[in-house]
Amino acid sequence: MAMTIPEAKRNWTGKINSVTIGAGSEDGGTRTSVITVGGATSLPFYHFEGEFPHRPVVAMEVWDVPAEEWPEVVQEPFADVMGDPGAWAQKCVEEHGADLIALRLQGCDPSGADRSPEEAAKAARAVLEAVGVPLVVWGCGNVDKDNDVFPAVAEALSGENCLLGTITEDNYKTLTALGTAYGHKLIAESPVDINIAKQVNILALDAGYPMENLVMYPSTGALGYGIEYVYSIMERSRIAALQGDKAMALPILCDLGVQVWKAKEARASADELPGWGDVAARGPMWEAATAYTYLVAGADVLVMRHPQAVRATRKAIERLMGEGGQS
Amino acid sequence: MILIAERINAGFKDIADALREREKGPVQEWARRQAGQGADYLDVNIGAISKEPSDMRWMVEAVQEAVSTPICVDSTRVEVLKAGLNAGDGRPFLINSTTADPGKLEQVVPLAAEHGASLIGVAMDQRGSPQDVDRRVENAAQIFAVATDAGLSPEQIFLDPILMPVRFMQEQGPNVLEAITQYTMLSDPPPHISVGLSNIRSQTSQKKLIARTFAVMAMARGLDAAICDVMDDGLLDAIATAELVLNKEIYSDAYLKAFRMKKGAS
Repeated sequence: MAMTIPEAKRNWTGKINSVTIGAGSEDGGTRTSVITVGGATSLPFYHFEGEFPHRPVVAMEVWDVPAEEWPEVVQEPFADVMGDPGAWAQKCVEEHGADLIALRLQGCDPSGADRSPEEAAKAARAVLEAVGVPLVVWGCGNVDKDNDVFPAVAEALSGENCLLGTITEDNYKTLTALGTAYGHKLIAESPVDINIAKQVNILALDAGYPMENLVMYPSTGALGYGIEYVYSIMERSRIAALQGDKAMALPILCDLGVQVWKAKEARASADELPGWGDVAARGPMWEAATAYTYLVAGADVLVMRHPQAVRATRKAIERLMGEGGQS
Repeated sequence: MILIAERINAGFKDIADALREREKGPVQEWARRQAGQGADYLDVNIGAISKEPSDMRWMVEAVQEAVSTPICVDSTRVEVLKAGLNAGDGRPFLINSTTADPGKLEQVVPLAAEHGASLIGVAMDQRGSPQDVDRRVENAAQIFAVATDAGLSPEQIFLDPILMPVRFMQEQGPNVLEAITQYTMLSDPPPHISVGLSNIRSQTSQKKLIARTFAVMAMARGLDAAICDVMDDGLLDAIATAELVLNKEIYSDAYLKAFRMKKGAS
């Protein structure tokens, strides 16, 4: 007797916003490539059910100062370029195929090098001039300092349609104003809390900044460090968006390198953890496995560090998008 | 919750006057105001003052000039419904309504199928309005069966258990709520379930409070549409809050604003 397989397809009414980062010469910028993310009409990679007009992308992380706190394994590939953000960015693009560069202005941290807004702007320009891909620019994480630094940085990158971050529930007015004034997209951050994620998006809109220009960053946990909480938040917000919740219909960014390389599984040597294998292989694998998890949760932009992890992730994206090899 | 805005109805004096004078202003003003509140459909009803299909055509055209919101053509007369549908400019339409009376079903259901419109089915029959749960369910099931046979999907069918004024028919409240629960079991996915919300508040001293309270109680049983006063912000707030409690929306501190945003309110 023939069995009928029940129809499993869902007809979603919503759609994730498409957000373009970077501006080419025709749009008043200098980028030789621009990136558009989002546009999905179904859960991640359900090709039988929806459309995925834009594949997820990998941004590689570059610092304005040498990243001395990174573990040796992930410092090593960039040892010759650390301290020169332009050369570092170039290496990420030319040798490792980064879709975007994520410049983290760590040097501005008052408890670190405490660099000035002018120095930050200079670093941003150096990266901009060194590569043709679009830029993501992160502050140092100190709210007051970031609010001092971003006016100079946003102006230095004027018209380049960068992705700046982050705005939070308590601090969104400076960046929303700068984003509007200088033509940049913004990252809306929330602390592993779906209710606050939605709130930040609405607050930005209230401040006159269109939600269509935002990318959502729900915070990131590394594999083994709360990844399941973030996964479930991403999944739930994606389902809500597909059901028509416009305040959740934003592409999602995962800043994962920073979390992964704090995990002992990615850092500790085989001497410290006998039986865990060589950290030179284990570290990048930890980062790649974390990235893969976020891809299937719905990430659109992955911010990563290690070239081997980036390579594995780019291949995974190709497979998941059905662009070659087995899917 | 699907909001069907009730105000473009010649039962209201300003709309009746506008219809008589062929003065589009008040009709279009109410179309804009209700659309601005986030109405999903604008009910258009030429009331008891007219039986003329041409009046419905005029009113639908006036609304269409003002806003892009879908329209709910509202009449007990098939010819009037037809005139409204024929005036449509391609936007979605909802027909209000058929009953379970076979003579009525025979005429109205094909109209919905032909125009690709959705259809409100009111759970009354040739004997009048039901006074108990069973007849409410029986009549609704009859409408549902005829409509699906004609090719309408459950998403196109809105079943109305007939809400009655709490002041005069208090015993019908629980019957309506129970009928709603039973309607949700008719199919998977279930049909929409709709009421004329303002019926319940008729001639009471607490009109808005009674409508809001019934709305949230009925939503807990499965109500997902209402012909209602969308100008009542308190009602919209109550509906938004009920959607949160029912886990249909993700909470945020600004959820009342999020609800209006989702509805496309201006």
